[in-house]
Amino acid sequence: MNSIDEYKIPYGIMAEFENAADTMHAAEKIRDEGYTIWDVHSPFPVHGMDDAMGLGNSNVGWFTFFGGLLGFTGGMIMIWYMNSFDYDIPVGGKPNFSPMGNFPVAYELTILLGAFGTLFGMFFLNKLPRHHNPLLKNLRFADATHDKF
Amino acid sequence: MSHSTVPSSIKVSPPPVELERAPLVENNRSLGWISDTVANVIEQKTPLWWKVLFAVSSTTAILVPVGLIYLITTGVGVWGLNNPVAWGWAIVNFVWWIGIGHAGTLISAILCLLRQKWRTSINRASEAMTIFAVMCAGIFPAVHVGRVWFAWWLFPIPNANAIWPQFRSPLLWDVFAVSTYFTVSLLFWYMGLIPDLATMRDRFRKGASKLIKPSQKLINKFAQFMYGLFSMGWTGSNRHWRNYEKAYLLLAGLSTPLVLSVHSIVSFDFAVSQLPGWHTTIFPPYFVAGAVFGGFAMVMTLMIPLVSLYKGLEELITIRHLEVMSKIILVTGSIVGYAYGMEFFIAYYGGNPYELYAFKNRAFGDYAWSYWWMISCNVISPQFFWFKWCRTNPWFIWIVCGFVNIGMWMERFVIVVTSLHNDFMPANWGYYSPTWVDMMTYFGTFGFFMTLFLLFVRFLPLIAIAELKGVTPQADPHHPLGGAKH
Repeated sequence: MNSIDEYKIPYGIMAEFENAADTMHAAEKIRDEGYTIWDVHSPFPVHGMDDAMGLGNSNVGWFTFFGGLLGFTGGMIMIWYMNSFDYDIPVGGKPNFSPMGNFPVAYELTILLGAFGTLFGMFFLNKLPRHHNPLLKNLRFADATHDKF
Repeated sequence: MSHSTVPSSIKVSPPPVELERAPLVENNRSLGWISDTVANVIEQKTPLWWKVLFAVSSTTAILVPVGLIYLITTGVGVWGLNNPVAWGWAIVNFVWWIGIGHAGTLISAILCLLRQKWRTSINRASEAMTIFAVMCAGIFPAVHVGRVWFAWWLFPIPNANAIWPQFRSPLLWDVFAVSTYFTVSLLFWYMGLIPDLATMRDRFRKGASKLIKPSQKLINKFAQFMYGLFSMGWTGSNRHWRNYEKAYLLLAGLSTPLVLSVHSIVSFDFAVSQLPGWHTTIFPPYFVAGAVFGGFAMVMTLMIPLVSLYKGLEELITIRHLEVMSKIILVTGSIVGYAYGMEFFIAYYGGNPYELYAFKNRAFGDYAWSYWWMISCNVISPQFFWFKWCRTNPWFIWIVCGFVNIGMWMERFVIVVTSLHNDFMPANWGYYSPTWVDMMTYFGTFGFFMTLFLLFVRFLPLIAIAELKGVTPQADPHHPLGGAKH
C-alpha cells in the first residue's frame, strides 16, 4: 500500500478475499452493519452479490427505453418530413407516407438509438470514464481484475 | 424454489456419467489461469507465423484499393456488368460477407438470451469477425452505385436539388439496416471488451517494475495508456457490474431483433422486386438461416487453426464447443436445404410459368454448375454432422466448413445471376462472367479481413476473460470450488 500513503486522508480501507463465497458473506455482514459508501470489486460479476450488497434493480433500462422511443418517433417524423412534407416524391402510386413502408427504417433507428442509450446510460450511471481513481494507484488492487476480490 | 418445499425423503440421484456435460473450461483451471492464458496471446513475443500471415494478408488487402481505383476511374463496366446481369459479383460478395457477420451476433446476442454458457469462449472472436465482415461487405454496395461520388445521396441529406432520399425503396432500408448493424455490433463488442481491457491494463501495470530495457518500458507505458484509456477506468466494482450486466442483457435483447432484421432487409432487396426467382415470401427466413449457417462455418474456419496455434486455448475452446457449433451448422444447413426444396415446390405449385422457368433454368440451365455446387456444399456436406466422429474431429469440421463457405457464396451467385441472365425477353438473354477486376477485388477483401482479424488477435483479448470466469464453477459462490462451505 505504498502510494495510498501519499494521501493525507486515507481514501478508504480495503480487504482482499480469495474466493467469491467469502466475499459475499463479508458483503452481507457489511450490508447488515448499515454502511453506505462501500463497494465490492471482482474480476467478474458475482451472482447474488447485488442482493448481498443490498442493491436493487439497475436503471439502465430507462435509457434504453427512451433511446428506442426517440429512435422510432424520430425516424417516422424524419421520413414523413422528407418524403411527404418538405418534398413530395410520388413513386408507383404508393402513398407518400405510410407507417408500413417506413417501418424498416424506423425500426432500425429504434435499435440504433436504444443501443446508444444503453451503452451511454451505463457509462452515465457508473460515472465512467473515470481515468483518475485513487484505487488504481494501489498495485495490489490490480488483482481485482485478475483472480482476487 | 426454496429447499424446504422438497421433502427430505425424496432423494434425487445425480445424472449418469454419460449424460453429464463436458466442462466449459477443462481441467478445473483457476481464475488466474484463465486470464494468464488469454493474456499470453498478447504478451508473448510476436510469433513467426503471425508475421508471415500478416505480411501476406496486408499485401493482399492492397488489391482492394487498386481494384476500386481502377473501377472508379474507368467505370463499372470493368466489373463485367452488363444487361441483363446488372448485379454481379459485387452484390454476391456483399450478401456473402454480411451473412458471415450474422453468426457473431447470433452467438453474442441470441445465445446470451438463451443462457448458452458455452458462447463465452467464442463470442469475442466471433463479434470481431462480424465487425470485420460487415466492413468488407460495405465496400461493395457503396462502389456498386456506379457514381461513387454521389453515394452520399443514400444518407438523409438533401441533394443539390433539395431532394431527399426515397424511403420506400428497400435499397435505402438496407443502408439503415447495415449501418445500424455495424454500429450496434461495434458498441456491443466494445462494451464486452471494457472489463478485459482493464485486466490488460492492470497486467501491464503489475509487469512494469520487472522491466529493465528502456524500449520495453516505453512499450509497457504505451500499452498501459492505451488499455487504460479504452477501459474507461474500470475497477470491477460491483456497483458498476450491476449496471453493466443489465446493459449487456439489454444490448443482447436489442441485437436479437436486429440480427434477424438485417438479413431480412437484405433479402427484401430481392424479394420486393418483380423478378421471377427473387419475388418470393420465403426469402427473409431463408436468408437468415443461410446467414447463420455460413457465419458459423466462418467462425470455425478461423477458430480451429487459432486453437492449435496458441497453447492453452484448447482447454478454453474445447471439442464440446466445436461439437455444438457443428450441430448448429447441421440444423441451419437442413433449413437451407428445406428452403431450396420449398422454393422449387412453390414455383411448380404457384402455377406461374415464368417462376417455374426461372427455377428449372437454375438447376438445368447455363448456370447449372453453380446450382449443383450449392446443393452439394450446403445441403449434402453438413449431413456428415449427424455422426459424432465428424462433429468431434477438428480437421474434418474445418474441411466441411470450407465447403459451406464456398456453398454459401454459390447460393448468392445462383440467386443473383441465374434470376437475371434469362429474364422476360429471350432477345435480352445473356451469359455473365466476372472479369479479373471482380476477382481481384473480392480476393483483396480476404486480405483486408485477415489483416484486421490478425491485428485483433495480436492486441485484444480474443476470449472474453471476465465472462468466461463467470461461467466456471470456481466463480459460483454456492459451489464448493467457489469457496462455499456447505
